[in-house]
Amino acid sequence: MSDLVRNFIRLIVFLLVQVFVLNKIPFLHQFVVPYLYYLFILWLPFSLPRPALLIIGFFTGLLLDYFMWQPGLHAAACVLIAYIRPFIIGLLIPKDTNEFNYREPSPRAMGWAPYTVYALVMTLVHHSYLTLLEWLQFGTFLQFLVKVLATTAISMLLVFTAELLFPRKVKYRTNTA
Amino acid sequence: MLNIFAFLRRYFTFIVFVVLQFVSLWMLFSYNRFHRAAFLGVASEVTGRVNTQVDKLDDYFHQGEEARRVHRMNDSLLNLLKSNFEFQDTTQRLVVDTLHFDSTAAIRRYTWRDAKVVYNTINSEQNYLQLNRGSRYGIRDEMAVLNSDGAVVGVVVNVSPNFSQVMSLLHVQSSVSAAHQKSGTLGKVEWDGKDPKYVWLKGVSRSVDVKVGDSVVTSRYSYNFPPNHLIGTVSQINSDPSTGFYLLKVKTAANFSTIQQVFVVENLLREEQLRLSKETDKKMEQQKNKQR
Repeated sequence: MSDLVRNFIRLIVFLLVQVFVLNKIPFLHQFVVPYLYYLFILWLPFSLPRPALLIIGFFTGLLLDYFMWQPGLHAAACVLIAYIRPFIIGLLIPKDTNEFNYREPSPRAMGWAPYTVYALVMTLVHHSYLTLLEWLQFGTFLQFLVKVLATTAISMLLVFTAELLFPRKVKYRTNTA
Repeated sequence: MLNIFAFLRRYFTFIVFVVLQFVSLWMLFSYNRFHRAAFLGVASEVTGRVNTQVDKLDDYFHQGEEARRVHRMNDSLLNLLKSNFEFQDTTQRLVVDTLHFDSTAAIRRYTWRDAKVVYNTINSEQNYLQLNRGSRYGIRDEMAVLNSDGAVVGVVVNVSPNFSQVMSLLHVQSSVSAAHQKSGTLGKVEWDGKDPKYVWLKGVSRSVDVKVGDSVVTSRYSYNFPPNHLIGTVSQINSDPSTGFYLLKVKTAANFSTIQQVFVVENLLREEQLRLSKETDKKMEQQKNKQR
């Protein structure tokens, strides 16, 4: 399966799960909103050029927005995490590309600790920005903080569940392919 | 010139980032103010198709409950049939009607249309429902949406040819003109974004006698909602010390998590009412100028 097809299927599955499962689970608490769809952006290949990453992020968010009827909200957050993604990856993986030739970020490729940091930072940024945009229209500062923390916690739980349930096979980029 | 190209190449990613951010924020803020956004009509058609398919599957899980609800509703309607009542002879008398036309014929004010909810959330702060009827079925913006038991659900904010979007009562921007049924006192029902089972009734004076369990209904003066339809029942009485008004916690009559069938209600006289009120405003403005 080529990268394009694989990621296209992934996008559809993530959106369907987000829209029809996670958004519909019975109400837990006003601060707990389970988000998982942005894991799609975390899983995009390393090789993507940065403008392409931004545009993919924008359309991922926009697709969810049209389902959720909040046009622009998730798109803005996705563009932001797509923008900071290369910086965080640059900090966390070895600079020497000869040694490092995995295709996409995963616990096996990066190691559990760096991957956790990567997922945590991206999650935190995504939720902070998302909640900030909502908070501009509504709510108090304490609500904002608690919501960011609670939503990040539940999202991290979902991310790890997804990683453990669907361990992606580590494939090496080779010259033969 | 060369410098500009060099600059563009150097900061291309950042420029793309800023442009995309700007586009999304512009969409977000314009939508929050006017409930309009680019491609929303097309998007609504696409999401509607997908939602309809998923909803078809979802329906199988609610069929028993739905059948019981319809049966209950039928029961309440059958009880209203004329044949259930006896008229005592003493109340009947012969009257010669001299009018040429039937003066008792009423003007229809509200039309009800059926619709099915295809998508619905309750755990956001801005909840919307999507219905499987759109402008082709005669649905327009600002029409009222009631659930199949006649309890308030929300207001239509957007329509596409085959689907329409409803701002739920559970939306922090929603504000429905309501009344405390027993006293007729008017107020406003709003949601604080916390618990989807409860909304707040504001603006009822503390001089009114309110008890837990009292009904809160739609007001007689609303342009969208037909009067006297249940919004909920008072579950907790708080008073706002700063204003002298009650802050009443109202348990919603509609169960938003299991909402399936709804009615979209059109106020046929709405245009006329709005025009009248606008003309009144204009006239009062002219009066003000005359006095000066």
